[in-house]
Amino acid sequence: MKFDRSARRKLWSHTMTVLAGLCALVALIPLGSVIYQAVLLGGPVLSLSFLTSNPPLPCTPSVGTSCAVGGIGSAIQGTLVLVGLAAAISVPIGLAAAIFAVEYRGRFLGLAISFTADVLTGVPSIIAGVFIYAYFVIYDPSIVFSALTGSLALSVIMVPIVTRTCEEALRTVPHSLREAALALGIPKWRTTLQIVLMTALPAVLTGILLSVMRASGEAAPLLFTAFGSRLGFQGFNNPINALPLLIYNFAESPYKNWIDLAWGAALILIILILIASVLSRLVVGRMVRRMRGG
Amino acid sequence: MDRPTPSSPTPRGPRRSRHWGDLIFAGLVGLGGAGVLVLVFAILGVLLYQSGLSFRAFGWQFVIGTQWDVRDNIYGVVPFVSGTLITSAIALVIGFPLAVGSAIFLTTQAPRWMRGPVGTVIELLAAIPSVVYGFWGLYVLGPYMRTNVEPALHRYLGWTGAFNGPATGTDILTAGVILAVMVIPTISAISRETLAAVPISQREAALSLGATNWETTRVAIVPYARSGIFGATILGLGRALGETMAVTMTIGNRDAVPTSFFSQGQTIASLIANELTNSNGPLQYSAIIEAGLILLFISLLVNVLARLLLWRVLRVTGGSTE
Repeated sequence: MKFDRSARRKLWSHTMTVLAGLCALVALIPLGSVIYQAVLLGGPVLSLSFLTSNPPLPCTPSVGTSCAVGGIGSAIQGTLVLVGLAAAISVPIGLAAAIFAVEYRGRFLGLAISFTADVLTGVPSIIAGVFIYAYFVIYDPSIVFSALTGSLALSVIMVPIVTRTCEEALRTVPHSLREAALALGIPKWRTTLQIVLMTALPAVLTGILLSVMRASGEAAPLLFTAFGSRLGFQGFNNPINALPLLIYNFAESPYKNWIDLAWGAALILIILILIASVLSRLVVGRMVRRMRGG
Repeated sequence: MDRPTPSSPTPRGPRRSRHWGDLIFAGLVGLGGAGVLVLVFAILGVLLYQSGLSFRAFGWQFVIGTQWDVRDNIYGVVPFVSGTLITSAIALVIGFPLAVGSAIFLTTQAPRWMRGPVGTVIELLAAIPSVVYGFWGLYVLGPYMRTNVEPALHRYLGWTGAFNGPATGTDILTAGVILAVMVIPTISAISRETLAAVPISQREAALSLGATNWETTRVAIVPYARSGIFGATILGLGRALGETMAVTMTIGNRDAVPTSFFSQGQTIASLIANELTNSNGPLQYSAIIEAGLILLFISLLVNVLARLLLWRVLRVTGGSTE
């Protein structure tokens, strides 16, 4: 009797382990399917000219003719412009906020900033687009759809992410370093910039990379700001394309060459983001090991 | 200074010569900090201002109105609030067990070599852009739901009335399933963090009493991490509520209260994505902004709750990239 019960308990334990493992397996299926599909349909259209030429006009193949697939050059250029400008706006703000929250912490304000940034990261990204759109409709309707508003919308998303990740990075710097620098008579602002920030630099850059990654995959805030365009960069006060925007606009179109183009764009976007993601994990991993003195 | 300030890592020194550099620097970083705080109020302010027209026209009727009628210019937000809540509920019902199950597996059951890599791969799910999930939903998940899942659901659960209507694959259910995929990495990553933070003594105590591996997990580890898992789930809910692109591409976009899981519907986010720039006049525009304001309030509420829970549990800061 006693043996029976123990065997049953063991069996139950193994069953639950297998069940939990199945959960992990099922959770991985979508990732595999998404990547498989993007490679299957996006792979064939990839080429060097795919990365440089502009999207084609819509085209339905008829007998004897074939449709040009074109490329995503303008979308790549647009994403670079949008995310570059957004980073130029949001990194200084986010980094400053992080320094304030960590180096001047203990005050109520520091905590309030961390908390606000945390909550802001959870605000839907489309709200950032609505906010910028609604503001510019009043302020200057002529540039509502432009590279400028697109970048502003993306930076609303990036600021809290930069703030939180940089905060974490700065917190990994041991206190003894700050104390040693201050004991040598180095003023606080130089200690912060030259000692603390430099020590945390790999993790800070990783944080910035994460925010850039997130912003380059966002379509929702660009729908009513950057708006999309078939052409490349036409100045900051004109509409501009972006990779996720191109995917959205072309995916639901009835034209086969546009849909193929969207799969190619999706594959490129996935590849870029996976590379950045793995890269950031490696850097953080190394950083943590170094801090632990391993 | 007679009162010590233990929180400040650096007591202020007597160097007056460097005083100005420090002051300017503190001012600059303070400005950045203020920027983050001001951002929330700027967003709230702009949305409040622009939704004024709709609020004056409908008052609280807007919140309980079930009609979104462009021709008669009558707007109520219930179709979208219900669409948002139902899709998010589906996402949690499917996503929660999978996410927590995999978190438990990866912290307590899996062989050690498997934990890091598999955990990383699950978190990569969060890195795939929403619009790519939408594209996948349109061409892979949607057709699969239409031909396989939805007919089966109708056959076995049709008597409940919730699984009736034509199986289209672009409906509330498909959008909910996509959202489930998207909340899994959020819930799983933070649950893993809280499970990993359970003191080893909890585990050892249970094992030393003769508990099996699973009993240890169930009695000693999961209860200890309960509020963290709860916080993670609410954070996942927050993500599902505001997700835009994937939902817009799979939900069917119909401005009416859904009557079945196979109904086409609309969430607040997909409403904004579809109709903000082509509204028929200022009243509809204002109504859409007011719907956005409601979405903002809901997500602020949910996120504040989740963060309060998680801050208490982890006492650190984790998982801020989602």
